[in-house]
Amino acid sequence: MRNFEFFEPKTIGEASSLLVQYGGEAELLGGGTDLIIGMKDRTVTPKYVISLEKVPGMEGITYDDTNGLWVGAMTKMRALERSSIVRERYTALAEGAEEVGSIQIRNLATLGGNIAHGSPAADTAAALLVLDAQVNIADGNGERTVPIADFYLGPGQTVLQAGEILTGFSMPPRSAKSGSQYLKHKIRQVMDLAFVGVATSVSLSNGTVADTKIGLAAVAPKPIRATNAEAIITGNSVSDNLLQQAAGAAAAQSSPISDLRCTAEHRREIVAALTKETAMTAVARAQV
Amino acid sequence: MRKHPISFTVNGDLQELFVEPRKTLLAVIRDTIGLTGTKEGCSTGDCGACTVIVDGEPVTSCMMLGVSANGKEVTTIEGISNPGELHPVQQAFLEKGGYQCGFCTPGFIMAAKALLDDNPDIPEDEMRHALGGNICRCTGYTKIIEAVLSAAETMRANA
Ligand SMILES: Cc1cc2nc3c(=O)[nH]c(=O)nc-3n(C[C@H](O)[C@H](O)[C@H](O)COP(=O)(O)OP(=O)(O)OC[C@H]3O[C@@H](n4cnc5c(N)ncnc54)[C@H](O)[C@@H]3O)c2cc1C
Ligand code: FES
Ligand code: FES
Repeated sequence: MRNFEFFEPKTIGEASSLLVQYGGEAELLGGGTDLIIGMKDRTVTPKYVISLEKVPGMEGITYDDTNGLWVGAMTKMRALERSSIVRERYTALAEGAEEVGSIQIRNLATLGGNIAHGSPAADTAAALLVLDAQVNIADGNGERTVPIADFYLGPGQTVLQAGEILTGFSMPPRSAKSGSQYLKHKIRQVMDLAFVGVATSVSLSNGTVADTKIGLAAVAPKPIRATNAEAIITGNSVSDNLLQQAAGAAAAQSSPISDLRCTAEHRREIVAALTKETAMTAVARAQV
Repeated sequence: MRKHPISFTVNGDLQELFVEPRKTLLAVIRDTIGLTGTKEGCSTGDCGACTVIVDGEPVTSCMMLGVSANGKEVTTIEGISNPGELHPVQQAFLEKGGYQCGFCTPGFIMAAKALLDDNPDIPEDEMRHALGGNICRCTGYTKIIEAVLSAAETMRANA
């Protein structure tokens, strides 16, 4: 690792000023599990590293029935998977967090880092998409909120501007008749990057699906919603035939690449299979 | 580059050091403090050989900066036994032969200790999954799993 100056600002404003002052030569540090890898192989060589650990109010999980869930950007994956409210009501997010690396990695890795890194394969991205997450962004002078679907621009690229910091994620309250699931296709059970990740969330009303959201990871330049598949399910009662159609639509809307690990055609088949499976599970979970 | 003053405990001993920001916690533990029980396998977070416990939770110390340990409590493999008495997980690895070359062993023991401290009743399948961040190139894992199961039994009996 090249050497760098290390800062531990105590406020968002201070962190933001440092980012502005040092521009492209500075990197924010969350848990470091992406950044330190980059610094070790020298694909990232910051002269200034600005840790967010000492900025108060950036870590934690809060919930109430009116405002829903808030998760601070510095919250560790391990805290998410252990949170009972996240497990019960925002299940896909707990499952996404639990898929990241190992326990040792999840005790370091933060939700903010997973998303700010901009990886199309980030394991929490599909869940945040289907749980309607809003991304809270601040720069010390003001705050803005961006829907997670608009946060990503492309691989490694996000809407974060110079001096901006991702502070947290808000998700609306979820009805008792809602359910969600995230599934990741991988070869090794632990510590493997997603070949494909799919999250589905539904809410039911009078035996039909009132709302469906399907999020796909690792099969497009950024995490995307399978809106055509969602439209097929929403407003209907679930049948095998319906889910089969939706699965096909999700596969068609994905644009995976072929690489050493897997062909694009195979990735599309996995998108279809996981779409069907997560939709069935989400509906089953909504019914209990 | 400016070194940073940090102060933290390792196995209960206060360490007050000046460290370069680029040094990982693993490098600080091994090279600066001289506790070489913690091993460096991959240095990319994948193998778990460098596992230590920070504020009660296991982490890969190759993926954490030393400066980030400031104010925290770190436990390494050197810090889990009592004088003349091994930790139940260490004892079980010894009795079950849960190692061959031994390089992965400190990391496995720290990960298993943290896991069993959290839940000594953990079912075997969950335990195997939870230890997925630790890699062994020698044993084929059978004896390691036997050791952790046996340690769990001891820790349940002691609880
Ligand atoms: C062994 C290993 C296995 C892994 N397995 C997986 C996996 O299975 N699935 C998966 O999705 N990921 C995986 N990862 C990647 C990584 O652990 C996650 O992406 C993690 O969530 C990143 O969070 P962090 O806090 O460690 O990020 P950091 O490394 O601290 O930061 C990542 C990037 O985001 C920026 N950043 C961090 N926080 C903020 C913020 N609040 N505002 C703005 N910018 C910010 C940083 O500047 C940096 O560019 C793995 C990594 C390792 C080392
Ligand atoms: S040396 Fe840290 S995980 Fe391999
Ligand atoms: S005993 Fe040799 S790597 Fe595990």
